[in-house]
Amino acid sequence: MSAASSRKIEFIAVAVIATFLIVGLPLLNAYGFVDNFWINVWGKYLCFALLAISVDLLWGYTGLLSLGQSMFFALGGYMLGMHLMLMIGEEGVYAKAGKNPELLPDFMVFLGHTFLPAFWRPFYSFGFSALMVVLVPGLLALAFGFLAFRSRIKGVYFSILTQALTYGAALLFFRNSMLMGGNNGFTDFKFILGSDLRTGATQRGLFIATAVTLLIVYLLIRWLSHTKFGLVQRAIRDGENRVLFSGYATAHFKLFIFTLSAAIASVGGALYVPQVGGINPSVMTPEKSLEAVVWVAVGGRGTLLGPILGAIVINALKTWATVRYPDYWLIILGGLFILVVLFLPGGLVSLPKRLAPLWKKFRAPAAPTASTPAV
Amino acid sequence: MPRAILTVEDVSKTYDGFKAISNLNFYLQEGELRVVIGPNGAGKSTFFDLITGRAKPDKGKIEFGSDPMTHSDLTGMNEYEINRLGISRKFQTPSVYGEHTVWDNLVLSIKGPRGVFASLFRKLNSTERDRLDELLKLIRLDGKREWKAGLLAHGEKQWLEIGMLLAAEPKLLLVDEPAAGMTDEETHRTGELLINLSGKHSIVVVEHDMAFVKQIARDGNVTVLHQGTVLCEGKFDEVQSNQKVREVYLGRGKHGTR
Repeated sequence: MSAASSRKIEFIAVAVIATFLIVGLPLLNAYGFVDNFWINVWGKYLCFALLAISVDLLWGYTGLLSLGQSMFFALGGYMLGMHLMLMIGEEGVYAKAGKNPELLPDFMVFLGHTFLPAFWRPFYSFGFSALMVVLVPGLLALAFGFLAFRSRIKGVYFSILTQALTYGAALLFFRNSMLMGGNNGFTDFKFILGSDLRTGATQRGLFIATAVTLLIVYLLIRWLSHTKFGLVQRAIRDGENRVLFSGYATAHFKLFIFTLSAAIASVGGALYVPQVGGINPSVMTPEKSLEAVVWVAVGGRGTLLGPILGAIVINALKTWATVRYPDYWLIILGGLFILVVLFLPGGLVSLPKRLAPLWKKFRAPAAPTASTPAV
Repeated sequence: MPRAILTVEDVSKTYDGFKAISNLNFYLQEGELRVVIGPNGAGKSTFFDLITGRAKPDKGKIEFGSDPMTHSDLTGMNEYEINRLGISRKFQTPSVYGEHTVWDNLVLSIKGPRGVFASLFRKLNSTERDRLDELLKLIRLDGKREWKAGLLAHGEKQWLEIGMLLAAEPKLLLVDEPAAGMTDEETHRTGELLINLSGKHSIVVVEHDMAFVKQIARDGNVTVLHQGTVLCEGKFDEVQSNQKVREVYLGRGKHGTR
């Protein structure tokens, strides 16, 4: 198979899948063929796919195993969550009972606050909140990355440090004094941009927005991997010294990709929150980051489709297994990870290539005369 | 005598009490091809590390550039800044990007802006493509341009790395054991290539293979390093017959010629 024809196949596959997700599935839902529940579940998978892409950009393409991506994902969720909390307004439990004249988020009333803290106020604006979804994790990644890459922290030390970062953030968000909802986080959202989150139509809109975002991010990463930047990125993964001694400030490249990955994870988190209906600090814990690493490993790291495929397949499996075999889910996940690492290091996306020779062998005896392959 | 393009004066470097380089003086003229030899542990690799910014000297000065107004102090610079001045280094074990094609290895090395944003938006122009095509012919890899570099034979990797160095159009080339792992014929060709490059480029070659040293040194100077300092310096024949040099090599149970 030539490069051109495989590119064509990829293009058609992506176009078909994207059209199905962006147009087909929402239409099927609108006409009642697909239940709202499944739209919601698939919306969640696509958000996880964004998180997986952010892990793959760092780990698969640049060789930086970040275990902190779930923090950026959760931060994005928190930024939009703040806006959604303020949009609850008069529909809040305390407000309905007439005990919340200032229309504060319920958890603040519960904690005895009487006015909205200053840093919450700008979040009345959707635009500001959306900006913060990108800026807060982006700037945090920039600051952390600057210190880490300048000190040439790499390999396992980078992994440990990012893991500590997300763990620290989770501990911080667990505290009520953070005024971010403590261990319950945010929940009970009612409206987004004036639409009722409890209706199928709003959820459908969010699903479409997620699918479109995923497509845009996919195209962005695809473009990136074909630029010289993409070459440098993979060169850093395979031999950072050579890159450094070739005049590239590798730290700048790593910083750029770390910040971009944080923003992608964060946007995924922001889309996740209104569809799932809440966010709490458990999403920030290192386990969640590790899960995302498993999705990427199973799907195929260092590839464009691998992380998306891995996120969807594993989470679909999780949805099924946690109902059928709730006690065995982690064992299944761990087993799958080991199997892939041992027998399919290229991940699920490498499966067709792996199976092609077997398929030929299978077909060969049927037509022994036509055995000269047309390459 | 013109000012040297590379000036290393009174440089010392100690690792955990071990004096890798001590009071080293080294001057390289513009366009010169200098061979540095010395037994294992003589400090040859540390010498390169100090010039290229991988290690910082404890004392002494390392300066690059023959013009006293514009020369640069290398001791305060890091690897990529030094490279951008026009100093390229070839490592002892060929370090090419194994997962990239031969062509992409050269694309990554071609002279040009090295920043993040340039790498995002800048594309090769036709002059640069032609240059890389010529380079591919020079390093005899034009038939393997779409090969992954990791699949090349050892000698071919060495050549590719030399090609990568040349793509950057450096003023000074630091070449660490280019002939290691090559056949005699390949070694000879490498020697011819280096000789051709001298004049246009200033070159320092670290080497063990005495036949190869003799080939490329011709009537130029050879520097012998021993215990982190210059033991002697002179023409190949002088160095080879030098009593101290013989002691250093023979004393370690290693014959001077191969």
